[in-house]
Amino acid sequence: MLLYILRRILYAVPIGIGVTFIVFSLVHIAPGDPISALLPNEATQEMVEAARKEFGLDRPFLVQYAIWLGNAAMGNLGTSIGSGRPVATEVASAVGNTFILAVSAGLVACVLGFLLGIVAGLWRDRPVDHVVNLITIAGVSVPHYWLAILLVIVFAVDLNWLPPLGMGPDRSGGWQFDWAHISHLILPTIATAAIPMAVIARTLRASVVDVLDQDFVTTLRAKGLPRQRLLWHVIRNALPTALAVMGLQLGNMLGGSVLVETVFAWPGTGFLLASAIFQRDLPLLQGTMLVLAMFFVFLNLVVDLVQSATDPRIRRA
Amino acid sequence: MNALARIISEGSGAAPSPMLSIAGLNVAYRGGAGWTPVVRGVDLALAPGRSLVLLGESGSGKSVTLRAIIGLLREEGARVDGEVRVGGRDVNAMAPDELLKLRGNEVGFIFQEPMTALDPVFRIGDQIAETIVQHRGTSWRQAMATARELFDLVQIPSAERRLKAYPNELSGGLRQRAMIAMAMSCDPRLLLADEPTTALDATVQIQVLLLLREIQKERGTAMVFVTHDLGVAAEIADEVAVMYAGRIVEQGDAAQVLLNPSHPYTHALTGCVVQGSYRDHRLGELAGAPPDLAQLPPGCSFAPRCARRQEDCRLTDPARRPVAPRHDVACLHAADLPAGTAGGR
Repeated sequence: MLLYILRRILYAVPIGIGVTFIVFSLVHIAPGDPISALLPNEATQEMVEAARKEFGLDRPFLVQYAIWLGNAAMGNLGTSIGSGRPVATEVASAVGNTFILAVSAGLVACVLGFLLGIVAGLWRDRPVDHVVNLITIAGVSVPHYWLAILLVIVFAVDLNWLPPLGMGPDRSGGWQFDWAHISHLILPTIATAAIPMAVIARTLRASVVDVLDQDFVTTLRAKGLPRQRLLWHVIRNALPTALAVMGLQLGNMLGGSVLVETVFAWPGTGFLLASAIFQRDLPLLQGTMLVLAMFFVFLNLVVDLVQSATDPRIRRA
Repeated sequence: MNALARIISEGSGAAPSPMLSIAGLNVAYRGGAGWTPVVRGVDLALAPGRSLVLLGESGSGKSVTLRAIIGLLREEGARVDGEVRVGGRDVNAMAPDELLKLRGNEVGFIFQEPMTALDPVFRIGDQIAETIVQHRGTSWRQAMATARELFDLVQIPSAERRLKAYPNELSGGLRQRAMIAMAMSCDPRLLLADEPTTALDATVQIQVLLLLREIQKERGTAMVFVTHDLGVAAEIADEVAVMYAGRIVEQGDAAQVLLNPSHPYTHALTGCVVQGSYRDHRLGELAGAPPDLAQLPPGCSFAPRCARRQEDCRLTDPARRPVAPRHDVACLHAADLPAGTAGGR
């Protein structure tokens, strides 16, 4: 087991390095010149060249990559061209804000998705399964930005129950667990949780149906085990799949949603990414993408390890 | 009372009440159009401590009959009529919680494929212990101690380590031994085994078979053993019932049925066994295929494949009748078969 953990961690290293290279080159391949966005239109060629030199954009691509990677390894992600503040600071605060939303939406999605999936799987082809099916199909097919806008219209504008924008009062203490902050959290949570909840529920239903069709369920019945004990066996068998899909969905949410965060003006990574793109803020874009990508690598590692802890068959692989 | 039950009670004098008695069992599954019969009017009786082998091809209804004994079929959407009594009580009339007390406790069940029949994400020991805790109400620790003793009974070496193993970490033979330990965990009076050696290597097969026979005799457990393997049947059976197309066509003492088969089907089967002779020895074979249960021919269902069929076989579905003491056959022309000749030999 320890060996497996070590090996998985070692695998993560080349993946991480590959990710940094892709992040760096993608931004370079993308059309649009960061300097032209920064300088006024009437800037002379000399001014452009000078700016290029200042940001190191005149050096060869690989050299730029090496310098950037070296700095990134020391926690220096450069300076935002737009705001002039360190990218690391900007990203850290955005990650924190997205984290709050992701945890809240993740909890809702995992708990609801898990329950709906189990119930639908156990009562396959019964009315309750059809109802869950309806909910989850709606969940995966309704665009989440549309749902976000709808939620704002209904609950913020028409009913005036909940605030439409922002994270709540910005006291220096940061986010707090009080109604002022939670009320701002509710609508973004619903909009963010809808798709993952549906995906989790559908995966879990399929997994439960699959488990129930297996021979050992007949053995459990032939042993005279009561329903609740059977249910525990079924859940325990569906758990590795459930954890994997939950982990990946949670990873998606931690990546932040550009659309949902834009609709609710939630100052998270998605929001930051969107503004970095619009302002052609190369360092900020690279920094944000790098942090998010690294986070995904880390999360996949955690999911793999948790899965191998819950499924004895994976350990040998 | 069916013929076998009568024979048993007459033969043993003391007339013990049968451990298991099945009367007029019919099972049907929902097919493409309406219900397809899978088991058609099966009668069986088994005295305590005796072993009965249900012999037949795939699809002859032997496994279904076995599952009906602990009432597993109704929950799977099958239609079940007839009477199944275990220890005198009607299984089909049992309330759900009575059924739970019967299964695993009074009746142990061993399945064919120990890899898929054991839960892959639970430790072997826990799977045995949960059965004991459920039926005996002991503590988990006591149940594990019992599981440890059971591993000695089924001769699994390094028991401590194997109890903590997951099913995929054991060999097929060990897994099936663990399965036997699980089935025996509450000391059942009746053991049901559904082709427990079919999925194993030939050498392991015989070990497991002998172990099973030893345990069954030692503990005085009655056993119904399903197989398509005549060699296995000869090794373990006190009595044999041969099934064809959902019916018992021949039944009686193992030696009688296997050495002196009276039904043309049994006769043909005994001719199909590989007997250690060399390759130019011609094996007997049975022409044709088992009938489609949804469209059974009128008369005897074996008639289309039967070498000895006559005109009346197509018209009359034969009832079972005794041809010798402790030996029943469902064939109109059973008596015509030359006695004492097992087919092909």
